[in-house]
Amino acid sequence: MTNGWIDIKNTDMMLIMGGNPAENHPCGFKWPIEAKRQRNAKMIVVDPRFTRTAATADMFVQIRAGSDIAFLGGMINYALANGRINKEYVANFTNAPFVVKDDFKLPEEDGVFSGFDAATQVYDKSTWNYQGSGGTGKGLPEKVTSDPSLENPRCVYQLLKKHYSRYTPEMVEKITGIPKEKFLAAADLFTSIRKDGDTKKVATVIYAVGWTQHTFGSQIIRTAAMLQLLMGNVGRAGGGVNALRGHSNIQGATDIAGIFDNLPGYLKVPTPADTDFKAWMTRITPTSSKPGDWESWNYWSNTPKFAVSLLKAMYGDAAKKENDWAFHYLPKVDRNYSWTYLWDGMYNGHVKGLLAFGMNGVMVGPNSGKNIDALKKADWLVVCDIYPDETSEFWKSPGIKPEEMKNIKTEVYRLPGAGFAEKDGTFVNSARWLQWKWVAVPPPGNAKLDHEILARIFLKVRELYQKEGGKFPDPIVNLSWGYTNPQSPSLAEVARELNGKALADIKDATGAELKSGQQLPGFAWLKDDGSTSCGIWIWCGSWTEAGALIQRRGTDDPSGLGAYPNWGWSWPMNRRVLYNRASCDVSGKPWDGSRKQVWWNEAQKKWVGVDVPDFKADSAPKDHMGPFIMNPEGVGRLFAPLAAMAEGPFPEHYEPFESPTVNLLHPKQQNNPVVKKFTSAADKWGTKESGFNVICTTYRLTEHYHYWTKNNPVNVQLVPEPFVELPVELASDLGIKGGDKVKVSSARGIYIAKAMVTHRIKPMQINGEKVYQIGMPIHFGYRGIQEDEGRTERMLVNELTPAVVDPNAYTPEFKGFLVKVEKA
Amino acid sequence: MSNGTLEIKAISGHTGTVPGRDTSRDYAVAKLIDVTTCIGCKACEVACLEWNGYPFRETTFDNTYQTMPDTAWNYYNLIRFDEHTAEDGTFSWLMRKDGCMHCADPGCLRACPSDGAIVQYANGIVDFQQENCIGCQYCVTGCPFNIPKFNAETKKVHKCTLCSDRVGVGLEPACIKACPTGCLHFGSKDDMKDLAEKRVAQLKEHTSHKNAGVYDPAGVGGTHVMYVLHDIEHPERYGGLPKDPQVPLLVRMWKGPVKWLGNLAMVAGIVGVAAHYVRFGPKEKHED
Ligand code: SF4
Ligand code: SF4
Repeated sequence: MTNGWIDIKNTDMMLIMGGNPAENHPCGFKWPIEAKRQRNAKMIVVDPRFTRTAATADMFVQIRAGSDIAFLGGMINYALANGRINKEYVANFTNAPFVVKDDFKLPEEDGVFSGFDAATQVYDKSTWNYQGSGGTGKGLPEKVTSDPSLENPRCVYQLLKKHYSRYTPEMVEKITGIPKEKFLAAADLFTSIRKDGDTKKVATVIYAVGWTQHTFGSQIIRTAAMLQLLMGNVGRAGGGVNALRGHSNIQGATDIAGIFDNLPGYLKVPTPADTDFKAWMTRITPTSSKPGDWESWNYWSNTPKFAVSLLKAMYGDAAKKENDWAFHYLPKVDRNYSWTYLWDGMYNGHVKGLLAFGMNGVMVGPNSGKNIDALKKADWLVVCDIYPDETSEFWKSPGIKPEEMKNIKTEVYRLPGAGFAEKDGTFVNSARWLQWKWVAVPPPGNAKLDHEILARIFLKVRELYQKEGGKFPDPIVNLSWGYTNPQSPSLAEVARELNGKALADIKDATGAELKSGQQLPGFAWLKDDGSTSCGIWIWCGSWTEAGALIQRRGTDDPSGLGAYPNWGWSWPMNRRVLYNRASCDVSGKPWDGSRKQVWWNEAQKKWVGVDVPDFKADSAPKDHMGPFIMNPEGVGRLFAPLAAMAEGPFPEHYEPFESPTVNLLHPKQQNNPVVKKFTSAADKWGTKESGFNVICTTYRLTEHYHYWTKNNPVNVQLVPEPFVELPVELASDLGIKGGDKVKVSSARGIYIAKAMVTHRIKPMQINGEKVYQIGMPIHFGYRGIQEDEGRTERMLVNELTPAVVDPNAYTPEFKGFLVKVEKA
Repeated sequence: MSNGTLEIKAISGHTGTVPGRDTSRDYAVAKLIDVTTCIGCKACEVACLEWNGYPFRETTFDNTYQTMPDTAWNYYNLIRFDEHTAEDGTFSWLMRKDGCMHCADPGCLRACPSDGAIVQYANGIVDFQQENCIGCQYCVTGCPFNIPKFNAETKKVHKCTLCSDRVGVGLEPACIKACPTGCLHFGSKDDMKDLAEKRVAQLKEHTSHKNAGVYDPAGVGGTHVMYVLHDIEHPERYGGLPKDPQVPLLVRMWKGPVKWLGNLAMVAGIVGVAAHYVRFGPKEKHED
């Protein structure tokens, strides 16, 4: 989230799309309700199904799964055509005035941007850049040509306008299935906050995996971010682009590098091309790129300080200037190690083993059948969980005959881990708040804390390296492991290490001093000379000499905006709303005096406020430093240059990989031109022609939590069985009544469950043809209370879903694939 | 559920004085359910189940998100889910928390012949005292909301206690504490009425729910559980909430002119025709 859960109460307008917070985030959903109750805020819900969120909305719009960019592109077109934007914000805080290279071409004719090589499906992105001078010639120009009047036909603003002028209400209707009048009503309502030049009101966008789980998911989110930039809603209380994270600590997992191409704090991993530390830093440290009379802080220019401090945290004294800070110990990532690629690698015999901690790999999918087959080929599997799950019992999955079972040679180890209430540590919530929690009960029986299990595995591996040497023991034997109890490090100790400390007596820019060994007060102290260590720079400041800020429980809220500055600690530096300098106009005065966050104090010559300014504190408005300090341009990107996005600088509508209709914008370019898919025998695709004529989407229920709660009696009582939600009309076409068994098949597998026949999903008209959508909750499998009693079919929804992924984030397309529905 | 801390106002099947009557110290309480902000998350169902310590009961899929068709002797709190399409095509998904309404004029208590099986506290809570329940199920007939449920094994009737055991020690009911959206409120009846009216005025002015209203039906003397509904004209759309609930005529008579008959019948062990009618009809028998 750019903002936070509680901050939603400050909004005037909500677009909830690609998310179903009432069902999946019921506790957080109190804040949208609060905005309705306290401010008469309006709520628009856009979803393929009428959900429990929709039940409380002011307007519900049913959309075809996977047509989100068409809808949002239509909104951008509407906002631009009707002047429902914040012009001052757009002209000063975004790259709208930047002039783009002459040979950059929009995809209006053939569906691809300039530089596409159809044979290799690769883009040469060199034309996706600004005009200007300076720089290396390969990256962004140092000095960007810009037109503050926004009239230059090659400026971002004009290109954007041209690009989305094709997203007319008629086109939106044909692609999304939303009748033109309904679309216009939604567009009018959402943009009404900028009616008649109003710049006070604010709108928020709230989404979750309904946006990410598409072959163009990152671009859906970008489209929303662009709409929010155009309307001037980013940086403001009650505004922003707000991702509702799915697990209690998924934000923390992402921060700490749960993703293969990141190191902690979103540092990019080295690749084999980075021959030394300097080469790596040169590649990943951006230089500023801006119009001559503007300023850009370009905060990522500090990357070397973050990287050296990380290596010091990892390797301690073994990381020295002389050995390039142990850069050579870091793995150089030479291929895609994301989720679907790992399973494909195992399916193809390259990946020999898997440690599955805190996740049920087989259930998670996509294409679970392929993943089960992959595990049959693995040498070993270690599963650490609190229940016997589908992954650890993949060899018992339905359909495997006893003879086949005997032939499965995979060695499976099951380790009893600890549940969330059985360990302390932090959760990082969607609002980026680090909150310490205390252990409630000890783990039962022989169950062990997960970090104890991991530590003991590590110590054993280290012992082997120490004894036997091996090819490259240094990264293992030199890893710093100075915990008081090496067998089971205390998480408080780990949290202090992640915050970081001074390794020598140091001074900051103001001359303040820190003694060697003291905890760092914040990342402004980080050095690239080895005198600081810090495990994750964005969390620096969370556990300082003042104590564990993450353990704070202060309930004072002086601003009344729900910032609660003394509750827990939010990264970065306890800022509650990111980019909050943009909550003020160019002169540094809040857009809305009743929701003041930060502002320029001319007398003190600095930014002050009720939130921590996300900005250079002494940069005067007249210097025109951009509020988006993490971009080298300093401004928000309506146009994403160069390698920022895989499929183009402006989001374009492409059809889901399996779609019942042609891409109306460019029939020859049906799908994302750079989509990633697999070619194994298990990767099969369905078409309408081959009988897969119904759109299917998957989702979660309030009553269950992923694949755990099927083991918990109360949850099972609330929703005892899997089901398939289908429209009344489809059910009557097929002669299916509520409670009848239905068989849903995709090109990859089948799923049988009872029918829930409902008016909450209606048939849609897509490009003149009637199309049905169905939905299925994902929670049930072949282990659980009901499953073990034989009360369900013991099947996995993710046997149906395709392993085809977004080329930016590598997220699979769980939403909007094709199936066939029959009475079972 | 017996409760020693609350002031009693009325006792079923009781002659003579009610201890503590008219020494008023407790103010009337109420639960307000703002149906327009309920998200059907069932946190209240779980909180109710856990506070009352009832175990897992098997349920089966029934083409709905609703946990089970009806409340049960060990399931007091049930969200009813109803799909509704208006004449103009507007679709709504209605969710209503069903449970005892804690009527000011409780038909259950009027119908109950057993001394002390049902008590009404001065704060408005109507509470069943299972140790005095004789299992006759007259209360089932007396209730216009189909609330009291019979446990065939123990031969006792149960229903929502409005957490009298919590309220008696100054806590809010468990469902109120659990509700994440704040659609459940608890306080004095006056405050809740005020809150409800304000919410209705807001809905009328700022949303499309021009028929919003407060459900506090006069036919049972008002209730200590009230609803804010999107459409007060059609309470029946919310899982059959009665439009104008009344204590059944026979039950009124039972506690009025013909009460002696019932008492005589009980004492004599004769189950008369009238009593049988009071017991079973005109309703279907609801058993677990
Ligand atoms: S709703 Fe029924 S059980 Fe509850 S107080 Fe009223 S009559 Fe008695
Ligand atoms: S807890 Fe509140 S929001 Fe959830 S179902 Fe119950 S009354 Fe509705």
